[in-house]
Amino acid sequence: MVLRPPGLQLLIDVLREGGWTVVGPTVRDGVVVHAEIESLDQLPRGVGDVQDAGSYRLSQHGDEALFRYVVGPQGWKSLLFPSRELLWSGRRTGTEMEVEPAEVDPPRLALLGVRSCDLHALAIHDTVLAERAVVDAAYVSRRENTFVIALTCSDPGGTCFCVSMGTGPVPDKGFDLALTELLDQDGHRFLISAGTSRGEDVLDELATRATGDEVLRAARADRDAARKVGKTAAGRMGRSLDTDGIRDLYANAEHPRWEEVASRCLACTNCTLVCPTCFCTSVEDASDLSGTQTQRWRLWDSCFTNDYSYLHGGSVRSSTSSRYRQWATHKLASWVDQFGTSGCVGCGRCITWCPAAIDITAEVGAIRSGKG
Amino acid sequence: MTHLADRLSGQPSGAMIPRLFRVADRRQDTSDTFTMMLEPTDGVSLDFIPGQFTMLSAFGVGEVPISVSGSAIEEGPLQHTIRDVGAVTHALSRTAVGDVVGVRGPYGTGWNVGDADGGDVVFVAGGIGLAPLRPAVLEVLHHRQRYGQVVLLYGTRSPEDLLFTAELKRWENLGVQVLVTVDYGTESWNGRVGLVTTLVARAGFDPRSTVAIVCGPEIMMRYAAGALIERGVRPDRVRVSLERNMRCGVGLCGHCQYRELFVCLDGPVLPFDQVTGLLGVREL
Amino acid sequence: MRTIEHYLPDHPFFAKLDPEALAVVAGCATNVSFAPGEFLFREGQPANQFFVIRRGRVALQVHGPSAGTVVVDTADAGDVLGWSWLVPPYVWLFDARAAERTGAVSFDGACLRGKCEEDPHLGYELMKLVTQVMFSRLVAARVRLLDLYGNKETADAGALYAAAIASGTSHDSPG
Repeated sequence: MVLRPPGLQLLIDVLREGGWTVVGPTVRDGVVVHAEIESLDQLPRGVGDVQDAGSYRLSQHGDEALFRYVVGPQGWKSLLFPSRELLWSGRRTGTEMEVEPAEVDPPRLALLGVRSCDLHALAIHDTVLAERAVVDAAYVSRRENTFVIALTCSDPGGTCFCVSMGTGPVPDKGFDLALTELLDQDGHRFLISAGTSRGEDVLDELATRATGDEVLRAARADRDAARKVGKTAAGRMGRSLDTDGIRDLYANAEHPRWEEVASRCLACTNCTLVCPTCFCTSVEDASDLSGTQTQRWRLWDSCFTNDYSYLHGGSVRSSTSSRYRQWATHKLASWVDQFGTSGCVGCGRCITWCPAAIDITAEVGAIRSGKG
Repeated sequence: MTHLADRLSGQPSGAMIPRLFRVADRRQDTSDTFTMMLEPTDGVSLDFIPGQFTMLSAFGVGEVPISVSGSAIEEGPLQHTIRDVGAVTHALSRTAVGDVVGVRGPYGTGWNVGDADGGDVVFVAGGIGLAPLRPAVLEVLHHRQRYGQVVLLYGTRSPEDLLFTAELKRWENLGVQVLVTVDYGTESWNGRVGLVTTLVARAGFDPRSTVAIVCGPEIMMRYAAGALIERGVRPDRVRVSLERNMRCGVGLCGHCQYRELFVCLDGPVLPFDQVTGLLGVREL
Repeated sequence: MRTIEHYLPDHPFFAKLDPEALAVVAGCATNVSFAPGEFLFREGQPANQFFVIRRGRVALQVHGPSAGTVVVDTADAGDVLGWSWLVPPYVWLFDARAAERTGAVSFDGACLRGKCEEDPHLGYELMKLVTQVMFSRLVAARVRLLDLYGNKETADAGALYAAAIASGTSHDSPG
């Protein structure tokens, strides 16, 4: 099926009428962020992004393209795995205590424009948070109330390396609907296909509701054009990472490069904040002044903090080099042993948003190639 | 997403919600160490295997992982022996009989001392490390005839820091070789003074049939394991209990990771041969 | 109780000596015994002996005004005790008190020092054995300095630093 822009608006309308809150990209403060979308006018028309290590800016192209930008600093992580989550509330009366688990009432969210890297990140979070012996029930409940509209990137660049990580640029599974934006001599349109029966139902609804040519049958030319978008995108990666035998990072625990990176790394935790697969959390107990009401909150945490590895009077990882080593080794190597896949999806956010312009592909590449 | 629901292997559980236990009794063991005896307010006892830990909550203060120190076989309150070293353990040390604390668990791998059936067992305890070993010692004593030589090597800072002293005597009477040493003593101390690892060469056991169970500060465990292996105990039959920062106890918060191992899931008890290489990496 | 000539060759420390060296050493040895509380030597006294404990226990201790008496090491059956006899100015640095009824072999250190001067081969063989034992005692003492069981906040850890620096015992045990 092919949607002309009014058809895309119709898709948004159909989802909203179905009780979904559509969340998609919009420009705010010079960055593409996610917000509730009601109209196509809110999408980043004609906007692209130029990303490099420690550098992000938007570019104006003056055309109709709605999804030329690649990825903003947020993934979809904070929608399904919030940075602050109430676990339980407690009330004390005398020596008696009552503990009440927090209720999760997840909003029904339709995510518009999920890139393949972020799709893989969602699948990774599913593995870590929903498919092991103990499950994050709130995550599961939010995830079950999520409708995913994936998108093939047209203009990757800068810091992208999904091809190295086998995570893109074409979404292959894990979506309800998948879009490819086409802007050529045949006009501005979107190739759309379903990945689930739920997605099929929405497409059927669209076909029924369409009055004019908002919705068309996909022609062979459309499908060829869409394939070309994906192929071109795959050839435009800004970075690359050789993942063959990457578990040799284990044997490089004392490589001098870790110290060298540490002289530049500020341990600011930006990389873990923007990374779509990071999942570490901490807990915080909060009480009122009388001590009768207590709440336990779960918050995002980062292995770059001094407190993260605290153990009787000292931190196990007190040096920045040990923390950087922990993060990189975990993301690329230990994750494989723990969860069966790499923890990195090649989205490049950690490279773009590092204030010290540290590039994980360069650092790990240097260590594995034997250079100091 | 139906495919996710299909892939769910565990039931969404209240794993982060503490159960309420009442302090039924408490005992001050040394100047900074105490034992709590807890009874479940819902009447459902917490079953555990020796070596496991729970996450104890002092409401309004926080939560810490503490090994269970009581018997896994006999009926009775849930016991934890705790050292006052921080905000949460301090709050727990101030609880009185009748107060309510939170308990989650039990979590982690156990000592599995039953593997030593037919052979010798050597326990090496350093400081408060004797507390997590105690359930395994009780398990061995419950089935004493299954084991040959049973040895306890116990080192602590000074005579005032010795735990369970009356029980040590009872264990000796039940056929355990108990060798105790302290880092330094006073004139009234007529026992041994010296490093606990030097006791390894002194005790009577056959290394070829021995399972060795070691618990204490990490440095002490490295040296003790080294001494045991030097004497001929197989490295895969030396078990240590690792400790790392924990915020959840169930493998979700990420804090206890030790390279690819989660200390709360793959440990805390681990065979020494699996961690030998890891123990040698600084700040891992 | 076996004679010194029969006891020494079985002892792991002396077993490594060749028979001639062993005979010289045995020639400088006598059996001694101590009642509980009796001192084998005191800090400050000339150090001209060393001991091999045959049975019982000896506590190596130091006394100070605020620390009181602190026992920094113990020697049990099979342990070699004392090496201040080897190092000038040949003066004991600690007290050694029998914690229980103790029997030991005492070696005339002054005599052995003379024999080692005359016979460098004997001297070298003895030095090799002594350094191995001193080494393992030093390692053990250093590890105890880490105060692994201590609370970081404990104030008296520092006061014990000096007491733990050198210990006069070796723990070469019968195994």
